[in-house]
Amino acid sequence: MKSDHFFGLAAVACALTVFGCASVDSAAELDKLTADALQRSFRDQGIAKVDRLVQDPANLACSEAEASGKPLDEQRTKEIEAANMKTVRWPSDGKFVGDWREGEKIAQNGRGLTWTDAANAANGGNCYNCHQMSKEEISFGTLGPSLYHYGKLRGVSDPASAASKPIVEYTWGKLWNARAYNACSNMPRVGHSGILNEKQIRDVMGLLLDPQSPVNR
Amino acid sequence: MRTTTCLSLLVLAGSIALPAAAQKTTAEGIAEYRALLQDGNPAELFEAKGEDLWKQKRGPKGTSMEKCDLGKGPGVVKGAFAELPRYFPDTGRVQDMESRLLTCMESLQGFDAAAIAKTPFGQGEQKNLEGLVAWISAESKGLPLNLPQSHASERRAYEVGKRLFFLRAGPHDFACATCHGADGKRIRLQDLPNLTKNPGAGEGFGAWPAYRVSSGELWGMQRRLNDCFRQQRFPYPGYASDVTVALAVYMGVNGKGGKTTAPAIKR
Repeated sequence: MKSDHFFGLAAVACALTVFGCASVDSAAELDKLTADALQRSFRDQGIAKVDRLVQDPANLACSEAEASGKPLDEQRTKEIEAANMKTVRWPSDGKFVGDWREGEKIAQNGRGLTWTDAANAANGGNCYNCHQMSKEEISFGTLGPSLYHYGKLRGVSDPASAASKPIVEYTWGKLWNARAYNACSNMPRVGHSGILNEKQIRDVMGLLLDPQSPVNR
Repeated sequence: MRTTTCLSLLVLAGSIALPAAAQKTTAEGIAEYRALLQDGNPAELFEAKGEDLWKQKRGPKGTSMEKCDLGKGPGVVKGAFAELPRYFPDTGRVQDMESRLLTCMESLQGFDAAAIAKTPFGQGEQKNLEGLVAWISAESKGLPLNLPQSHASERRAYEVGKRLFFLRAGPHDFACATCHGADGKRIRLQDLPNLTKNPGAGEGFGAWPAYRVSSGELWGMQRRLNDCFRQQRFPYPGYASDVTVALAVYMGVNGKGGKTTAPAIKR
C-alpha cells in the first residue's frame, strides 16, 4: 500500500504472527501491520475488487492526518488541492446546467458501486444521504452542510448570466472533485471517481442552481 | 435507504408535517417506534436457540460447546462478551466472539472453521452462529464494556483498528470515520454513533449482535461490519478476518464503560 516506508525485521516478524509479537511498535511497523491485515482480509466480490483499497496520495495523506489527529500542514494541503484541481473536467459542450427534475432523481438515489450493484447500472449521487436540499424531502442526512436555497443564497437568478459564472464554475468543480477546494473533504469526488457522468452532473447542477428547482423555491 | 424513507413516511403519517417541527417530530416518532419494538424483541428467540446449541452434542466429534473458553475460562459465558475481542494464548491471536466460536467449533466439535467462515450469512452453520452470538451476548447484558488492553497484541490490534477506521479508499473515498467520526450526525434519518469515543462507541459497539426489523434477521457484529464495508464501496471482508477483529477492538476499547444492550433491536 505504501512505498515510502522502511520495514524493520521486527515488523516483518510481527506481521507473520498476526498481532502476536511483543516488541514495541513504531508507527511504521503499525502501518505495515495494517497494510498486511488489509491484504489478508479482503477479497474481490462482484464489481468491488481489492484494488479499491489502494489509496491515492490525497486519501493516504488525509487518512494519516485523521488517524493521528495531526492536521495536514498548509503546504501539503495546497499540493493536494492543486493536484485534484488538475483533474476537473469542464463540460465538453460548455453547458453547465441541466434538468433539475433529473437532478432530483439522481440526488435521491443512493445506489451504485457496491458489490451488490451491477457493473452497468447507473449510479446515484447519494446527495440526500448527507445534505438537506429541498424543503419537501425531510429524510436528509447531516454529514454535509444544508444545500437548501443553494443557488438563491448565492444570488443566482439566471445561471446562464455572466454574474453567475463564478459560482456556476465553482459548483461544477466542487461536484467533479471536492478535494480540489478542500484537501480532506468528506465529499466523494463525484466526477473524478466516475460516480456520476457529465450529463448526470449537469442535471445535479440544475437542481442546485436553477431558480425553478425545489432547492431554490 | 428505502427502509429509511418508508419509515419516515410511516412516522409522518401519524404526525403533523410542519417543516420546522418536522425533524423533531420525526425523530421522536422513530424513538417511539423503537420503544414499541423493544417491548418484544425477537432476538429472544435466537437466544433460546443459542443456549440449546451451546449445550447440544454436535459436529463430527459429537460434543457440546460447554468447554469453550470465551476468555474467562472454559464454559464461562457470563460476562465474556463484555471483554471481547481479547488475546487468546492457545491460538496466539486476538479474537472476537465469532472468531472464537469458530475456534471452539473446530477444536471441540470437529467442524471445519474455514468452511464456516466461507459460508454465506444466514446459511448452514452461519445460521447457528446467529443463535450462539445472541445468547452469549445476552449473558452480558447491562455489563460495562471492559476489553483488556494488557497484552501487546491487544494494544497492537487497537492501533491497527484505529488506522483502519480512518482509512479512506474506494470510489467514494469513504472511511468508517466518514460516517462515524463526529457527534450528532445522520445519514438520511438514521442517527450515526460517533465510534471514536463514548457515549457513541459504547452504545454502537455494545448493541451488536442485534435483531434487524427491516430484514427479520439476527446480525452479529461480523455481519454488521460486512454491510458497512459494502456501503463503503469496499471489497468483501472475510468473516472473522483480522481487519474486522481489529476494528472491533478499536470500537470496543473506545466504548469502555458503556453498558452492553446486545442483542438489541434495530430498524
